[in-house]
Amino acid sequence: MTEPMISMNQIEKSYQMGENMVHALDHVSLTINDGDFLSIVGPSGSGKSTLMHMMGCLDKPDSGEYVLGGSHIDRLKDRDLAVIRNQKIGFIFQNFNLLGKLTAVENVELPLLYRGIKAKERRARALVCLEQVGLRERAGHLPSQLSGGQQQRVAIARALSGEPQILLADEPTGALDSRTSGEIMDLLTALNEKGRTIILITHDLHVARKARRTVSIRDGRLWEGEHI
Amino acid sequence: MNLMTSIIMAFRNIRANKTRAFLTMLGIIIGVSSVIALLAIGQGSSKSVANSVNSLGTNLITVNITNTDTHFTMDKLNQVGKVYGVKSVAPVLSGRDTVANGSTSSQVSVTGTTSAYMGIRQLTVADGRFISSFDENNRTKNVVLGSDTATTLFGTQSPVNKSILINGERFNVIGVMNSKGGSMGQNSDDAVYLPFSTAQRLLKTTYITQFYAQADNQGDVNWAVNGISRLLSETYSSTDDYSVVNQQDVMQALSSVTGTMTMLLAGIAGISLLVGGIGIMNIMLVSVTERTREIGIRKAIGAKNRDILLQFLIESAVLSMLGGALGVALGILAAQIYAAATGGLAVYSISVMAFAFLFSAAVGIIFGVFPAYKASRLSPIEALRTE
Repeated sequence: MTEPMISMNQIEKSYQMGENMVHALDHVSLTINDGDFLSIVGPSGSGKSTLMHMMGCLDKPDSGEYVLGGSHIDRLKDRDLAVIRNQKIGFIFQNFNLLGKLTAVENVELPLLYRGIKAKERRARALVCLEQVGLRERAGHLPSQLSGGQQQRVAIARALSGEPQILLADEPTGALDSRTSGEIMDLLTALNEKGRTIILITHDLHVARKARRTVSIRDGRLWEGEHI
Repeated sequence: MNLMTSIIMAFRNIRANKTRAFLTMLGIIIGVSSVIALLAIGQGSSKSVANSVNSLGTNLITVNITNTDTHFTMDKLNQVGKVYGVKSVAPVLSGRDTVANGSTSSQVSVTGTTSAYMGIRQLTVADGRFISSFDENNRTKNVVLGSDTATTLFGTQSPVNKSILINGERFNVIGVMNSKGGSMGQNSDDAVYLPFSTAQRLLKTTYITQFYAQADNQGDVNWAVNGISRLLSETYSSTDDYSVVNQQDVMQALSSVTGTMTMLLAGIAGISLLVGGIGIMNIMLVSVTERTREIGIRKAIGAKNRDILLQFLIESAVLSMLGGALGVALGILAAQIYAAATGGLAVYSISVMAFAFLFSAAVGIIFGVFPAYKASRLSPIEALRTE
């Protein structure tokens, strides 16, 4: 048995919200293996977003242990977290989060840009990724010239371009109609079948069921399976 | 992220917001262009003043006698001529009078002097001859015209051997001087020159109130000045009764004035650049707020704090350098227009331009640091949450 891709052990995170202390994550433990397709379901305010930030190395736990691909995230400094985000994680957001002033291919190049890869190679690799999501011929378009589904595919290409170990998708179909949602989910499923580890965060059980494994979160606690 | 990419990105952001970028740069543009234009015009005018001072001859010593009780006579002037280091002396008796040729008349400066005057003031004859010692000794009613006076009275005709009236008295024109241009409140072109003895009679003054002396060479100027002062102190008890001025003193006084002017201009320019810098900081802060989400996305994708800091810093530096470059161009243009419109001189100095440009770049970087730092410290989670 190889080492798991993600290993979270007794993760705690609380926030001060006015007078109250909110336990966003309450002793969460989770193990995800390489090549998994995991969905995390939960209503809003369940701690879903906090868990996603934690997994995505945007935030650090108050206590507990988080090992991602062999790196102890809880012990790293901010600048090292930036490197981990750049190399090991590909983010896919609900509202795409493309940079409006950059063309599709330039958006896809961004992770490589922060890795210091030369312009020519960046462009070549970005075009390969756009090809994978079927938008090669839209490379020079601005996000505003693309449909929602196309924008999300560009965002997926961007997440793929850094060749991360994990794709972290936060409500990737939340802003799309059902037909386009289906296309995006098919794309993610296909990527998983090629061996990519995918973590999908959603409140939509229909979408969650496309994953091979589902965990539920409510009030900062995690359960295996659907517990809504 | 490498520097070149950052610079390209900065240019794209500026291009995407042209009007705002222009307004942001305006402070810097105005600051830099006013420095360039004002200094070019200031240096131009101080250079033309220096030129005209030098055209009087650097070995020139001007002596004014302000005591009117004890008269300075021709005998004493001849003693001055024998002082060590003095090459020659020329008395000056001047007034303003009406000169006329037929119905054409003009108010000009009437100068009574001797033959040495021409050499001392470095004048040259265009036509005819200057006053000679013969004229001086015989009190001839001969007159030499400055070039402007000749043109006014005679047009294109040669005035030599024709006669003019000064204060109603008839004089014979013996020569016309070449144009020398005005300098230090005197215009030697707008004048007539008479023998000193004749002028004494015409202007009804017997004593000398002013004379010029020429030193043998520049090294002897101080010797000559000291010798003349010593001689004068034998006649006059107080140093308030006379003044001995050499051109080097004048030059020094002028250069200290222009030095002060330059400092003042630099100060004003510095303040306007400072204001321009605050403008840049203001816009960069707005820009950071507007682009919070972009910063969040970039950080999520793997931008380090340093990358974000550099991105915003480069943007403000590019803005201010662009403003600086435009300011230099506009400043040159403004000085050229001024020079063309007034016939003045505009002197450009590469060091001033380089300094103004670098200063504006520095302003952009210094005032860009705070907004850029603010951007770099944004938490990616907070930044992604903003709409």
